[in-house]
Amino acid sequence: MARKMWMRGTVAALSATALLALGACSSEQAPAAEGEETTSYDGGETEEAGDELISIGFSQVGAESGWRAANTKSIQDTLTADNGFDLSFSDAQQKQENQIQAIRSYIAQGVDVISFSPVVETGWGPVLEEAKAADIPVILTDRAVDTEDDTLYESFIGSDFVLEGEMAGEWAVEQYDGEGYQMVELQGTTGSAPAIDRKEGFADAISGSDIEVIDSQTGNFTRTEGKQVMEGFLQKYDEIDLVFAHNDDMGLGAIEAIEAAGMTPGEDIKIITIDAVKDGMQALADGKINYIVECNPLLGPDLAEVAQKVVAGEEVEKRIVVEDKTFDQEAAVEALPSREY
Amino acid sequence: MPATMGASTRTAGPGGLRRLAHHTIFWPVVALIALLVANTLYSPDFLAVSILDGHLFGAPIDILRNSAPLLLVSLGMTLVIATRGIDLSVGAVVAIAGALSLSFIATSPNPGSVTTVLVAIAIALGLCLLLGVWNGFLVSVVGIQPIIATLILMTAGRGVAMLITEGQITTVNSAPFKTLGAGFWLGLPAAALIAYGVYVVVALITRRTALGMLVESVGINPSASRLAGVRARTIVWTVFALSGLFSGLAGLILASNVMAADANNAGLFIELDAILAVVIGGTSLQGGKFSLSGTLVGVLIITTLTLTVTIVGISPLVTPLFKALVVIAVTLLQSPRVRERLAARQRQRVAKPEEVAA
Repeated sequence: MARKMWMRGTVAALSATALLALGACSSEQAPAAEGEETTSYDGGETEEAGDELISIGFSQVGAESGWRAANTKSIQDTLTADNGFDLSFSDAQQKQENQIQAIRSYIAQGVDVISFSPVVETGWGPVLEEAKAADIPVILTDRAVDTEDDTLYESFIGSDFVLEGEMAGEWAVEQYDGEGYQMVELQGTTGSAPAIDRKEGFADAISGSDIEVIDSQTGNFTRTEGKQVMEGFLQKYDEIDLVFAHNDDMGLGAIEAIEAAGMTPGEDIKIITIDAVKDGMQALADGKINYIVECNPLLGPDLAEVAQKVVAGEEVEKRIVVEDKTFDQEAAVEALPSREY
Repeated sequence: MPATMGASTRTAGPGGLRRLAHHTIFWPVVALIALLVANTLYSPDFLAVSILDGHLFGAPIDILRNSAPLLLVSLGMTLVIATRGIDLSVGAVVAIAGALSLSFIATSPNPGSVTTVLVAIAIALGLCLLLGVWNGFLVSVVGIQPIIATLILMTAGRGVAMLITEGQITTVNSAPFKTLGAGFWLGLPAAALIAYGVYVVVALITRRTALGMLVESVGINPSASRLAGVRARTIVWTVFALSGLFSGLAGLILASNVMAADANNAGLFIELDAILAVVIGGTSLQGGKFSLSGTLVGVLIITTLTLTVTIVGISPLVTPLFKALVVIAVTLLQSPRVRERLAARQRQRVAKPEEVAA
């Protein structure tokens, strides 16, 4: 009996180990599967290749969306040895403790620059202090950190979410003011910076117009939930003229719901979204979405430039806003063939 | 209020209503009706069903269609829980089924052909059955605790789905595949017909044959049922395999609903919703007796609740809290101990004035 218990314990322990191994596989293979080279963690190689290479440690949020995948690809494609970089890339799988761990290991390796997209806004003080004490400059991408002491990082490169919301709202006012449109909003994940800022920017832009926001509900940035919430809105309201979705995926879900209700998306109900991923652009070109504000994921080139300046000791701007384009149907048809993501 | 009604019939009533109130799914059904009434208050024609483009259209039809994936997953979960197990890997299996089928269709030369779609469905369901068999093997042959055994696949599965989709959200255009989740047969949503069809088949097999009783006996006492000649190992293995298969089918419906395979978000937390549906339905997590009709009501409550949030206009900030409160209310009403307390208090209140009168 005791022997049997022991055997079961061993098997459980073995499978737990297997579980950990599998978990680790998934994190390392996800970026590799995107056709990227696995990055080098070996500091020795850098020196042999020449001292000019800037070693940079990058901690990514995860691989949670198509947008993120494009962001990762841009960074890995730009920060190559040919361009003078030695990139150490790690995927935090949406966990802050993984990111803190990765940043600590970059500090221990003594890289030239540390860069990361913070999973959450708070709790970065201690680890950024450590980087500062080790004299390693930090560059934030995509998302900001909430800290009083802005000497903890050199620069923050990313889109201005409030501005994105404003651009979407301004276009809506330009097109539809005076028609008495009733609008519903599909919000992003409750509490996330893009959801809060895009909502705020859009609301500011349409204030004073006769576009009325009759309801606003979260669709969690996913298609399935976007579709479900839109179905609910269509049941609840007899007349909806306009949908503002905080990202393309929820907008694409809303299209499905509108079609299922026997209406034509883009005509009976106009749709405005943010992101401009390929599927969204396709829907815009097909006339199912009316307007998209881009949220540019191609941060690689900006990051490379800022990293070079920081290492050379030049001044860099504390806040670098990535330029976001806007697309209507014609622009989408034109842009679609050469769209990278 | 409803609790006192049940108690007063206990002392005086002829027994019909009393027996009804003591049925395991009485309170879940009351909760479901309450939700529907709340929705109708906010949107008067909530229960109206109209005909649109040759098929039925309306909120009840949406509820039926949206409940299909959860019903399939919960069906497998009910059987697994009845054998004293639990299957945490269902969400990951859902993601894998969607990823595999859509990736296959996307890379095939002719995504719109029925043959391609059928092959894609067969491959995905085959793999999901295998994943279920793997879980069953770990639990019934190797003897690992079900919660640990299925945790392995729960964690690894999304990684596998991500590998298949290469970290992207795979989108395809394929009319036959779209029918599965968003299409209609005979005026009813195809997804609902499939899910409820599977439900009826499982209900017939478990309740019209001895299989249901055998499953329960394994859950109540595995050793005793083995000694009594029940093949406990085969039964446990089978229910895990079925859970994998049903989750795969649910994954296909979910992927087809929006025609996209999202390895990260497809079926996220569906294992928790399924366990909740089973528990609301009155099946004990300790195994043994199970109630498929209870599970059905649980699934309908959860699906209606999601729609209620939109219809009633609950702020996104308090949505999780609102859902939790409804669930707590249903489970408390169902708890025999809470009902006894309420009934006892009611009896005291009724008994006192009678003493004075005598």
